[in-house]
Amino acid sequence: MYVYDQYDQQIVDERVAQYRDQTQRYLQGSLSDAEFLPLRLQNGLYVQRLAPMLRIAVPYGLLNTGQVRKLASISRDYDKGYVHVSTRQNIQLNWPELAEVPDILAELASVQMHAIQTSGNCIRNTTTDQFAGVAPDELADPRPYCEIIRQWSTLHPEFAFLPRKFKIAVCGSAEDRAAIHNHDIGIELVANEHGEIGLKVLAGGGLGRTPVIGAVVCDWLDKKHMLSYLEAILRVYNQHGRRDNKYKARIKILVKAMGVDAFRAAVEREWQALKDGPTTLTDEEFDRASSYFTEPQYESFEPAAASAALEAACVANPIFGNWVTRNTRAHRKDGYRSVTISLKATGFAPGDVTAEQLELIAGMADAYSFGELRTTHQQNIVLADVPANRLEQLWQELQAAGLATPNIGYLTDMICCPGGDYCSLANAKSIPVAEAIQARFEDLDYLYDLGPIELNISGCMNACGHHHIGHIGILGVDKKGQEFYQICLGGSQSKQASIGKILGPSFKQEDVPDVIENILQTYVSLRTEEESFLETYRRVGIDPFKEKVYAESH
Amino acid sequence: MPNLIKNGALQEDAWQRVEPDSTRVIPNGIYALAAWQQLADKQQSGVQLEPGDGIESLVDHLDSIAVVAINFPVFTDGRGFSYARELREKGYQGELRAVGHFIRDQLTYLSRVGFDAFQLEDETQLEMALHSLHDFSESYQACIDQPLPLFRRRQ
Repeated sequence: MYVYDQYDQQIVDERVAQYRDQTQRYLQGSLSDAEFLPLRLQNGLYVQRLAPMLRIAVPYGLLNTGQVRKLASISRDYDKGYVHVSTRQNIQLNWPELAEVPDILAELASVQMHAIQTSGNCIRNTTTDQFAGVAPDELADPRPYCEIIRQWSTLHPEFAFLPRKFKIAVCGSAEDRAAIHNHDIGIELVANEHGEIGLKVLAGGGLGRTPVIGAVVCDWLDKKHMLSYLEAILRVYNQHGRRDNKYKARIKILVKAMGVDAFRAAVEREWQALKDGPTTLTDEEFDRASSYFTEPQYESFEPAAASAALEAACVANPIFGNWVTRNTRAHRKDGYRSVTISLKATGFAPGDVTAEQLELIAGMADAYSFGELRTTHQQNIVLADVPANRLEQLWQELQAAGLATPNIGYLTDMICCPGGDYCSLANAKSIPVAEAIQARFEDLDYLYDLGPIELNISGCMNACGHHHIGHIGILGVDKKGQEFYQICLGGSQSKQASIGKILGPSFKQEDVPDVIENILQTYVSLRTEEESFLETYRRVGIDPFKEKVYAESH
Repeated sequence: MPNLIKNGALQEDAWQRVEPDSTRVIPNGIYALAAWQQLADKQQSGVQLEPGDGIESLVDHLDSIAVVAINFPVFTDGRGFSYARELREKGYQGELRAVGHFIRDQLTYLSRVGFDAFQLEDETQLEMALHSLHDFSESYQACIDQPLPLFRRRQ
């Protein structure tokens, strides 16, 4: 993974010093609430319902075990001993003290981490595929591109006070695991007719109040122009994005208002002035960035023998075998698998992980996966490079740590924001809803029979839980001071991206598990052989679900 | 009394703002865009841009303008950052001053995009604000203060 040189370290250290001074001035009263607000946000600090929340950047989800151990110790020393993995692959602390945040940032800087631009109206953490570099369906490794974007976007002087937040995602594989269609800018690495890798650039996607699928602004861009082209897009947005209404301030509204052709033309105009300037990327820079993402020292395994041995172990121990089927996936190297550690055990808030678990996971990453791990936007943790012949040992350790729930990709592997228990924006709680659903659908055989289902929960319109792109989406709404839940169906974050449709009037919290059960029963009664929930929904539409759910509730 | 940060030091401001509805022509006046456009003689003139004005109407006169003031009615409105950088990219060499409600914590970014003068609302803060110009000694991006991005300079 990327390693800081003296320049990177200096920038992060100076940022800590700057923020320490700002915090002091705020506490002394010489910096007002209004002035301090964007400064603390751009250092990841929200003031939440019960305490501040600090969002720590995990650039494109990559962590080494030294960093994980540091996060564990920070969560113990400054918080309540657990952290939360967010849908931007970041790590959140829910109970830090405002006055101690500069110390936390200094601790982070000591392991090459920071909280820069994890919040605020600026360019946020760039996200990507959690299986980058190891996925069999990958065309090009997105991580060097992400790192180049990370450096360019960090403390960018022109784009720190945008109309609204700005999120970029990069995908380099056949299957989109980075939800690029729902980002302010989505970048897909694609080959042209000569086999050269370039960028397909989408803009104006997003979730929130107005979910939109991004529009293609450039079919194929030479990668050397990546940064100047991003600057051109940002410049159009910075100058013309709406600032009068924060609900209409995202780039998606601008692209809609201008029309994608006029938007593209405006970007082209700005780009002509920036193109081929010093920001043009060099081969040396791509080589430098790529040099941090080379293959680890893989052992070589004979493919047939390796898979036969794993199969035999799975047959001998069916519980282990089931976990292998559900929580591991193919690796492009023979004899290796990628493991997803589920942070979705029943009874725990989705995405939460304790300091002890973090330390255990760090130990496992050192022992089995070259000392690196990844956070995912589905709020799990990945060990990307595990030899198949050591999976059983790893699984035993995970079981002992309560981290072997075999539910990856199934209903209970849900995405869920912190919701009204923590967040001051939320209209409703989301964690108790997630827990009620987990409790209702604990029977794994039933989950497996249902097949892959993505269920996403957001506590409010801001859609941190990505409810619009869940196959089943749940949105907390406020009705005259009471918490209600609206349900939508048919969303998808794949390359065939779609926005979910609202089922109908919203429900009380205690009714949500019943409603989900009715939706699932409808699917089971209508599906054909091998048809997934989403496929059935796309074939039959929303009406049968509506009829069943609202017939039952009356 | 020094009341302006210019080129990294405190100095007395020789320019004054002309009220937007005034038709007076005064020496060293900084005019609102509409009034400035009416000026017959734009040599050594001063003009103030508001968010939304854009820079297009200045582009043909960049050699004659002495001062462009860019107003920040609220410090969170970042359009002025793009205006400044674009003016410099198009070759403007005169004074580029930030006016209005920007805050000292923005001085690094403002100077990076090409501002060389800062007229702070609270003049008692000027001395302290000078420190904020030096919050960072290194940066990743190409910008006006450093035309080469870090990736072309790394050693």
